[in-house]
Amino acid sequence: MTLKEIKELLEAEVLTGKYDPETEIQIGCSSDLMSEVLAFGKPGSILLTSLSNIQVINTANVADIKAVCFVMGKIPDKNIINLAKKNDVVVFITQLTTFESCGRLYKNGLNSCGYFNLDK
Amino acid sequence: MDNKRTTTKIQELTYELKIKDVMTKNIETVGSKIPVSHLRDILYNKRISGVPIVNDNKLVGLISIEDFIKCLEQGEMDDLIEDKMTKNIKTLYADEPLVHAVMKFEKYGFGRFPVISRKDKKLIGIITKSDIIKGVLKKLETAYHDEEERRYRASHIFNDVMADEIFFKFQYYVEGKNFDRAGEAATGLKKTLYRLGLSPEIVRRAAISTYEAEINIVAFTKGGKIIAYLEPHQIRIVITDKGPGIPDVEKALQPGFSTAPGWVRELGFGAGMGLPNIKKFADKMTLRSTVEKGTRLVIIIKLSDYRNED
Ligand SMILES: Nc1ncnc2c1ncn2[C@@H]1O[C@H](COP(=O)(O)OP(=O)(O)O)[C@@H](O)[C@H]1O
Ligand SMILES: [Mg+2]
Repeated sequence: MTLKEIKELLEAEVLTGKYDPETEIQIGCSSDLMSEVLAFGKPGSILLTSLSNIQVINTANVADIKAVCFVMGKIPDKNIINLAKKNDVVVFITQLTTFESCGRLYKNGLNSCGYFNLDK
Repeated sequence: MDNKRTTTKIQELTYELKIKDVMTKNIETVGSKIPVSHLRDILYNKRISGVPIVNDNKLVGLISIEDFIKCLEQGEMDDLIEDKMTKNIKTLYADEPLVHAVMKFEKYGFGRFPVISRKDKKLIGIITKSDIIKGVLKKLETAYHDEEERRYRASHIFNDVMADEIFFKFQYYVEGKNFDRAGEAATGLKKTLYRLGLSPEIVRRAAISTYEAEINIVAFTKGGKIIAYLEPHQIRIVITDKGPGIPDVEKALQPGFSTAPGWVRELGFGAGMGLPNIKKFADKMTLRSTVEKGTRLVIIIKLSDYRNED
């Protein structure tokens, strides 16, 4: 699924400049707990979260997550946007709830990270 | 590269590459109002296996070498192309990812698909299975060269520096309780290791485990430091802090155990998964702590080329 399709499905707005609509995203994940994202997030995926602070971007950065979508209309502050720009993380916002957002993407064929486990 | 990694890389490429990147452009087309016999030249001389039929810039059908042979056998060479061609043909858009072509070939079993532009629906190319294979192989080769070059830089450093043993040391200071700066050490280390040419998977594991450790320093301690040593066979990351220390290390290592205060949880941490995560991503981790004095965590990430040795 391309970032453009994701943007349309989520009725989202793009908040960072460097955004290639044709970028392919294969996997999605969602959590407000960053340790969970670090544990099961996959490289190249998109993260949907209703948490809004710079650690979301740091988490995306260290885990090689390409895009973050802040759900429920959580508008990220300037520090978050600046950090995202610096690290080439694409940032979206949507008014939709977490469940609605995930549901739309999943229904339209975006894969999930599968099961959570702490094994290697 | 082992089999599994090559397969996923190829799958990745079929998502990354677009149909227009691998299709054959400048294709021969003919109109539909001419006899089948006219195709002989094109099919034979140009050695192509199928010709799109186009009237007034519009794709109306496709005729394959199999259709042509059938007409030859049945003496229908003077019939018009429009009566012998396949109509209602399946097409692909030039900007679709290659994986769509792969799926269509599987679904319909055709030998080729005309490629049209999404904007004006004009025919701009044709794609066959061998175009896909050639395109993927070519991309795989360039990706491989880029990766080789990046890695060469790493091995180069170790080769160029003359010493009996070489260690690179990267040191970061971490403030306690300052969440605005939490993550700077881990992201800084990540960038450094990547620039030195280490593989993305190794860099990712080092970055995630360092990040969790950094968060712990910020959340629970008066401050500390992170020292990463890049050694020829491994990355060793030593994280020390100035206390208060951990009373029961065994318990702290259990998934779900946390003494994190509310402000840490509000920031997305404090679910008791930090240390288990470090264990998950490190090849080896040791945690030692003295109450009031401080905590020392050592994370080892083996460099993959050496992972199966020793
Ligand atoms: N450097 C440290 N100094 C003091 N206590 C620590 C330190 N690291 C971890 N701990 C203790 O271990 C517990 C578990 O840590 P961790 O697995 O990272 O989970 P979390 O950070 O979510 O609580 C923490 O809640 C804390 O009590
Ligand atoms: Mg922690």
